[in-house]
Amino acid sequence: MMRGLFRRRGPQAVEQYGAPGQGSGTAVSAITIVLILGGWWVVTQLGLIRPLFLPAPEMVISKFAKIACTEHYFEQVLVAVGGLAKVEAKCHGFSDHALHEHILWSLYRVFGAFALATVTAVPIGIAMGMNRHARGVFDPPIEFYRPIPPLAYLPLTIIWFGIGESGKLFLIFLACFAPIAINARAGVRSVSIEQIHAAYSMGASHRQVLRQVVLKAALPEILTGMRVAIAFGWTTLVAAEMVAAKAGIGVMVLNAARFLATDIVFLGIIVIGAVAFVFDLMMRRFERALVPWKGKV
Amino acid sequence: MTAIVSLDRVSVEFPAVDGAGAVRALEDVSLEFRDNEFVVALGASGCGKTTLLNVIAGFLSPTSGEVLHKNTPVRGPGPDRGVVFQKHALLPWLNVLENTEFGLKLQGVAKDERLSRARDYLALVGLSDFERYPIYQLSGGMQQRVGLARALTCDPDMLLMDEPLGALDAFTRENMQELVLDAWRKTRKVVFFITHSVEEALFMATRLIVMSPRPGRITHTYDIDFCRRFFETGNAREVKSSSDFIALREEVLSIIYGEETGDGPP
Repeated sequence: MMRGLFRRRGPQAVEQYGAPGQGSGTAVSAITIVLILGGWWVVTQLGLIRPLFLPAPEMVISKFAKIACTEHYFEQVLVAVGGLAKVEAKCHGFSDHALHEHILWSLYRVFGAFALATVTAVPIGIAMGMNRHARGVFDPPIEFYRPIPPLAYLPLTIIWFGIGESGKLFLIFLACFAPIAINARAGVRSVSIEQIHAAYSMGASHRQVLRQVVLKAALPEILTGMRVAIAFGWTTLVAAEMVAAKAGIGVMVLNAARFLATDIVFLGIIVIGAVAFVFDLMMRRFERALVPWKGKV
Repeated sequence: MTAIVSLDRVSVEFPAVDGAGAVRALEDVSLEFRDNEFVVALGASGCGKTTLLNVIAGFLSPTSGEVLHKNTPVRGPGPDRGVVFQKHALLPWLNVLENTEFGLKLQGVAKDERLSRARDYLALVGLSDFERYPIYQLSGGMQQRVGLARALTCDPDMLLMDEPLGALDAFTRENMQELVLDAWRKTRKVVFFITHSVEEALFMATRLIVMSPRPGRITHTYDIDFCRRFFETGNAREVKSSSDFIALREEVLSIIYGEETGDGPP
């Protein structure tokens, strides 16, 4: 692998002369990841940085096992299959919740708000693309609030919604709403006037043109908007959970920081990154299955 | 013979925009399309060919005058006038067969009937083996054949073709000319066909109208029969290299070039 990386090679048959960035970057990415993890391990083994600032990887892993209650659940499985009489290991988790409970609470908030944003922002974005009155109504508020950081209007959501779940959902909802609406609106423009004329000249009604031509043509951009939105949702999660949340990955990280439990802070960050990454992979696969024509027409 | 579609003193004026004066895209155009005619419009860019097609299709309302379809005024686009576009305008989320039956689906025709009709017309354009293909995997010529099959499947009285072969390479283009003529002969539609190519116009038309810009109008009309000679002999090269074909080609070319050089800058 290293030889392939550093050996000088002449142009090969599949390579196009001068095309920027051709070839696969997977091998290089793998090396990068190994170097980062290896560097982390070496630095902590040699004691160059105190665990308070940079905990060793194995500390994070053992914290993961403890907070996720792996032993407790493993024994439960053993009891179920009859290999053990009763569950001995306790499950303390962190802040009274096991890791999976933190994750589920955060997933509920992010995906709940994301789902609400999708069902409202797609019709509004399409309406903005189709109708100048709708565009006139929705454009100023969306363009006004879009660049404001969620932390800035967090106090307002507390005043309006209190410290319950609805305020948290609203904060993440706002973060997800704008990118979906803006992309849906842009998607309307990706339908060509010839496609619309063709439909009308085959006897389509306005409603049929909207549902069977415009919506379908806008789908690739709507999905792009959803991918951007869910990333914004994760970004806003920690801010949303700052306010009186009992469980959640964000609140877990915040509480851990308060007790200087750096290993748990690391764990929380890695979990958020991993969940967001897995979801993005799923969205990309979903996209390939749903809009295989994207970029080909 | 009665006219399928007729234009009565149609004018189209585009209002002035950003300092440019108002444009008379069409002035007092009267035209009749009769049964089984293949009318080709030829002319330099900006002579109003596409405006004329858009008015007939119903995408554009005339500023004055009237378009009649079987003595009823045209108020907008409809399935009685099928359109084939320069860029194929197919729907990439549907495959070849689904694109072809799309018009019948919009009209609420039952599935069995629309599939059998769509398959008939795909066979007519030679694409029976490509039913399940996504359209972005087809060549430009094949995409235009799907566009033609799609328009024919709706069974319109009239077929409007806006430079349908303009984006194709020379070889594919000549094959497509023969394919379009073949489809026209078998379906007996009235065709209105726009092109930039004098040779294509002469080869395909039963009636050729030459248009001229500023204001857009019809300056010359020719009744010709080169396509019928092609049907008799089956040899397109022989028709296109016959002496009367070449003579008429030079005459039409001199009309078009004469306008372009004689007019000077507007």
